[in-house]
Amino acid sequence: MYRYDEFDHDFVRARVAQFADQVERRLSGELTEDQFKPLRLMNGVYLQLHAYMLRIAVPYGTLSAKQMRMLAQIARKYDRGYGHFTTRQNLQFNWPALKDVPAILADLASVEMHALQTSGNCIRNVTSDHFAGAAADEVADPRPYAEILRQWSSIHPEFSFLPRKFKLCVIAAEHDRAAMQTHDIGLQLKRNAEGELGFAVFVGGGQGRTPMIAHKVRDFLPEEDLLAYVEAIMRVYNLHGRRDNKFKARIKILVHETGVEEITRQIEAEFAEVLKADLLRLPEDEIDRIRAYFAAPELAEKPARSGAFEAAKADSREFTAFAENNVSPHKAPGYGIVTVSLKPIGGIPGDASAEQMEVVADLAERYSQSEIRVSHEQNLVLPHVALDDMPALYATLAEHGLATGNAGLVTDIIACPGLDYCALANARSINIAQDLSNRFGSPERQEEIGELSIKISGCINACGHHHVGHIGLLGVDKRGEEVYQITLGGSADETAAVGTLVGPGFKTDEVGDAVETVVDTYLKLREGPDENFLAAVRRLGQKPFKEALYGAA
Amino acid sequence: MSAPIQKSAAKTRAATQVVTGNRLTDGVVVYLDSAGGWSERLNDARVVEGAEALEAALAAGKAAEAAQVVVEAYPIDVKREPDGLRALRVREDIRARGPSVRVDLERPLGA
Repeated sequence: MYRYDEFDHDFVRARVAQFADQVERRLSGELTEDQFKPLRLMNGVYLQLHAYMLRIAVPYGTLSAKQMRMLAQIARKYDRGYGHFTTRQNLQFNWPALKDVPAILADLASVEMHALQTSGNCIRNVTSDHFAGAAADEVADPRPYAEILRQWSSIHPEFSFLPRKFKLCVIAAEHDRAAMQTHDIGLQLKRNAEGELGFAVFVGGGQGRTPMIAHKVRDFLPEEDLLAYVEAIMRVYNLHGRRDNKFKARIKILVHETGVEEITRQIEAEFAEVLKADLLRLPEDEIDRIRAYFAAPELAEKPARSGAFEAAKADSREFTAFAENNVSPHKAPGYGIVTVSLKPIGGIPGDASAEQMEVVADLAERYSQSEIRVSHEQNLVLPHVALDDMPALYATLAEHGLATGNAGLVTDIIACPGLDYCALANARSINIAQDLSNRFGSPERQEEIGELSIKISGCINACGHHHVGHIGLLGVDKRGEEVYQITLGGSADETAAVGTLVGPGFKTDEVGDAVETVVDTYLKLREGPDENFLAAVRRLGQKPFKEALYGAA
Repeated sequence: MSAPIQKSAAKTRAATQVVTGNRLTDGVVVYLDSAGGWSERLNDARVVEGAEALEAALAAGKAAEAAQVVVEAYPIDVKREPDGLRALRVREDIRARGPSVRVDLERPLGA
């Protein structure tokens, strides 16, 4: 993975020192809250319902065992013994004291981590496929490009005061595991007919109060033009993006109001200007230099089939579920990519205790080349595990509540922190996720239902990705009561779609039954187990679900 | 959670209110108390009735903001229940008691 050079170290340390001074000035009264707020947000510090919250960047979702261990140490020393992995592949601590934040940031800097650009109207943490560098189906590792974008966008003077926040995502497979088309800019690494690397470029995706799926503006952008083209998009947005209305300030609105054809023309015109300056063409040797940091680990050669793995499957139904759902194809024969579920039945999606973080760090060191990934689905990933090692790995995960074999199933629920923590929320999310997880938690029921994503947000900002859930739940405040609207048919993969509201919302004590009704209707009407929930909704439309929920009109 | 989360009353002002904020140093939820200090316990809060009393409490809140004690002091609606004061809105009930999904971190009303 990427290692800081001297410049990176100096830069991050300087920011820690700068923020330590700002905190001191705030605590002494030299700075008012109005003066301090934008400064703390630039360093990932929010003030939530119960306490400050620190959002730590996990660039493109990649963590080393050493970094994970530091997160555990911080959780224990400065927080309440746990952290929350988010849909932006970041980690949030819910209880840090402001006076401790400089010390936390110094600890993070010691393991090459920071909280920069995790808030504010700037280019945020660049996200990527959580199977990057290991997936059998990727064209190449997308992370070198995400790292190049991270370096280019870090305190970029021209793009530090954008109309609104800006999110980039880079993937490298046809199958989109990173919700790429819901980003302001989505980049799909691909090869052209000549075998050269380049990108399909998507612009104008986003969730929030006006959900939109990104439009493709370039089918193939040569690799060397990555920064020039992204800079051109940023310039068009920075110039024309609305600054008069926060709710219309994202690039998706600009794309929508300008039209895809015209915005593409503007981007291409700006791109031509950027190219003229000839400053942003990526030199091949620089790409190679960054790529070298992400060189695939040297894995011992293994036969494709593992006797130990197959024997464990024959032995245990739980292990079989784990193997089928949580182990994905690796590019190297005899290896698998392990999804470590942070969705125990009835648990809090995305939460991990300090002890669990340390267990994952230990397992990464022992079985996965010290590498860990964070998924936007709020799970952890051990990317390089030999199939032979799976039974032992599973046994340790199981000892620590981390072996739930539910990746991609109905209990693998995404939920934002909601009104239990978040100052913006209108309703709770986690309690609904727990209720649904308990309702659908039996292995038999999950197996029967098959692939189904439920995503829950506690407000219209949609951190819980409800718009792109096969079943989406949006919590709203209706005359002082928490009410949940249900959307159906959303999707975050390469067939990305925004779900459709099925009808009036349900109260807290009704919404679990309503979701069960939707799932039962699917089971009754599907053409067979091979037709998953999303396919059935796309075939059937909303009508049968509406009738089941509200009665025939 | 030991008692169910309160369904909020409508957003109209209740007869009884308290002033709350987050403590500057650590962000912890605090309430203006009768002695002019700030307590982590809702039950310690100074309950005010009427515009004049509320105005005085808010002035104390603003003074505490200026003195770097709390961040963003504001009034909330409360009611008296047998086991103590209760915030009327869901958001404030959760602020007073801690996350409803972490019983281990719950702050009982009387604590």
